[in-house]
Amino acid sequence: MSVSQAVLQLFQGVLAVAVAPLVLGWLNQCRAWLQNRRAPSLLQPYRVLIKLLRKEMVLATNASWLFRLAPYVVFACMVLAGAIVPLVATDLPFARAADVIALVGLFALARVFMALAAMDVGTAFGSLGSRREMLIAALAEPALLMVFFTPALISHSTALTTIVDQFSNGALQIHPSMAFAAVAFVMVLLAENARIPVDNPSTHLELTMVHEAMILEYSGRHLALMDWAHALKLTVYMGIGIALFLPWGMAHPQNWLELPLALAALGVKLALAGAGLALLETLAAKMRIFKVPEFLGMAFMLAVLGMLVHFLVET
Amino acid sequence: MKIDILVPEFEPVPGAVIAWRAEVDAATWRLSAHQVWEHGGRLIALWAADTGRSPSVHLALVFAGRLLWLSLPVKGPEPEYPDLSDLFPAAARMQRAVFDLVGIRARGDLVDKRRWLRHGAWPVSEFPLRRGFDAGRRFDPVADDYAFVRVAGDGVHEIAVGPVHAGAIEPGHFRFSVVGERVLRLEERLGYAHKGIEKRFETLGVHDGYRLAGRVSGDSTVAYAWAYSMAAEAAAGLTPPPRALWLRALWLERERIANHLGDLGHIGNDAGLGFALAQFSRLKEDWLRSNQYAFGHRYLMDRVLPGGAAVDLADDAMMRMRDDIVRVRGEIARLRVIFDEHPGLQDRLVGTGRVTRELGERLGMTGLAARASGMPLDLRSSFPCAPYDALQPRMVVHEGGDVAARTALRFDEVIESLQCCGRILDGMPEGNIATLYPTPEEGAVGIGWVEGWRGDILIALETGSNGALRRVHPHDPSWRNWPVLEHAIIGNIVPDFPLINKSFNLSYSGQDL
Repeated sequence: MSVSQAVLQLFQGVLAVAVAPLVLGWLNQCRAWLQNRRAPSLLQPYRVLIKLLRKEMVLATNASWLFRLAPYVVFACMVLAGAIVPLVATDLPFARAADVIALVGLFALARVFMALAAMDVGTAFGSLGSRREMLIAALAEPALLMVFFTPALISHSTALTTIVDQFSNGALQIHPSMAFAAVAFVMVLLAENARIPVDNPSTHLELTMVHEAMILEYSGRHLALMDWAHALKLTVYMGIGIALFLPWGMAHPQNWLELPLALAALGVKLALAGAGLALLETLAAKMRIFKVPEFLGMAFMLAVLGMLVHFLVET
Repeated sequence: MKIDILVPEFEPVPGAVIAWRAEVDAATWRLSAHQVWEHGGRLIALWAADTGRSPSVHLALVFAGRLLWLSLPVKGPEPEYPDLSDLFPAAARMQRAVFDLVGIRARGDLVDKRRWLRHGAWPVSEFPLRRGFDAGRRFDPVADDYAFVRVAGDGVHEIAVGPVHAGAIEPGHFRFSVVGERVLRLEERLGYAHKGIEKRFETLGVHDGYRLAGRVSGDSTVAYAWAYSMAAEAAAGLTPPPRALWLRALWLERERIANHLGDLGHIGNDAGLGFALAQFSRLKEDWLRSNQYAFGHRYLMDRVLPGGAAVDLADDAMMRMRDDIVRVRGEIARLRVIFDEHPGLQDRLVGTGRVTRELGERLGMTGLAARASGMPLDLRSSFPCAPYDALQPRMVVHEGGDVAARTALRFDEVIESLQCCGRILDGMPEGNIATLYPTPEEGAVGIGWVEGWRGDILIALETGSNGALRRVHPHDPSWRNWPVLEHAIIGNIVPDFPLINKSFNLSYSGQDL
């Protein structure tokens, strides 16, 4: 690992962490506009994080070390994920160490800690949320893996950087299989990031919550980390989507001059992704929890179809 | 006078709603209630009073198109009266509240002896609505036990929600017994908001009570103030001028529209459609601002008072309201298309929280929720007092009994009420808006009964000496609909409860004075 690579890796990691609340702020702004509401400031998520970091923490008396550790583990997992996914450049030393399967594992680790911590205090809502999260995760995870397999088959690698290099450098090829994978990926993204129609991030109804129910007992610094990790996860997912389906414009290895262009391209792509997500969320109502298996089953099936199409048409 | 098959001799209680009153003994109390029940009558309210002579229990029933008021004086150190909860399930909580407040116990094999409104805020031996109780005293609140019904079985567990909720709503505790996400049983525990309103009434004059009545449940302030004024006017033998009555009807319909608009937005929002909330909130806000502009109060508090109305309608306000009606009707039509054609939303609403007509009739459901289950109950049509006898609003009834039906009913009622508002603006008679309210005689009684947006609100009052109030009992329709909610959720899944609850939108405050 050269110094330049290390600097690039560090830059990308910091970028992901720093930009995550902005992505959430943009998404909320788009949602507000689409609903004919006046939007909160783009910087509102940062203000909330600062407020929470300053606030006193209230811990349940029976909270164990697990409860206190979980926010750090979850946050660390998401930071690492942010470092693995190529956002502006593909020359990332970390990315070579961990491929898409490791990435799925990283998300799973964060989820397990969050679910265990939610049950730790023993409130009804914590276990309610964990239970529902596990139902969703058990179906979203295989669908996500399936989504990854199509580009992996095309590029003969499970490393994200190699996939991106292949897609963005080679001659422009149309892969019908990737269209199936893209739709499936968006469905998984909605489910995994607690967005409408699977979960409602802005609800105050404790009985309907999934993600929010799990972090209901957190406050202060812990809640800030959880919220930040949540925003980071959304950004990372968008990053994965961009890397797989819109990889053009990323800086090539050893080519530092392309970096500003890559940053601008990332900004535009994230803005488009955020606006698109806001549109999806505005048009849809929340589905019943028991419809989620059908929804994710559909995502899985689409991903499998993508693979089949690849085998039938593209080889 | 004899009424149909009933035993007691009834006397008319004059007023806008003619009620028939009889004093009965314990055996006749039970017999009359049984006959009313047997012939399809309904229970409206059950309350008790300790007015100095002797404590008494009161019962309001609807039978053969008449409102009946039975009074049963009770005696002794441990006064009792026959239980009616086997006939009218809705009576169970009213009877428990009667014991908590006045200390008169229902006698029967199936009587639920748990407290309902008393949560430890006052000692077990004290009964706040008894004459001798000093409302100024302070007690140290103590935590008390409440025996929820336990559901046993493999995999059954409980989810306890409230009384403090994540959103800013009134306090109420809901105990779900669930298997996975499916609800086997819901038990409500309410009564966290006891304010002592009924006790406070006893310190007020008949003419001043309307302000307190208008604050029993803030979303129905016009309906409560009208019901109170109707009762007070009945006690004084006064008929308000026609223009005042038309103004009241205008306000009542405006209140109905405002609440329906708000509810429609929240039903959409609870199904995850934030767009609906944004649109309906805007409509409701504009509507409330028109209230402020035309009548000086967003929610129309203190506009209705005994003797008439507090403010008149100016010409420019009338213009603005006509414009509002046209605009809201147009927007509602467009929003309704969005609601009806949104597959995700309809999937959440249709079939959710279904209450059949049979169940609704058995439990004594009323008001909006009853009309959504095919029960044609609307005082504006079935007991029309002026000016509804002239306005003749169409009663909207839906058969579905689910959240979708309660949503569709709100859409229809908004349209109907808008038309009603238009007719009121067209036909508003000229003249005074109030007459001087005289001091009623001591011991005069009056009854007021008004169809609020949620259902029928009953207020019964008795006057004391020099225009004082001896006893006022406001009765919210939520008394009869809260128990229905417990049944509506059975077999549904936990995350659908907020939606079902919102579609009923019952008052916590109204049934816990």
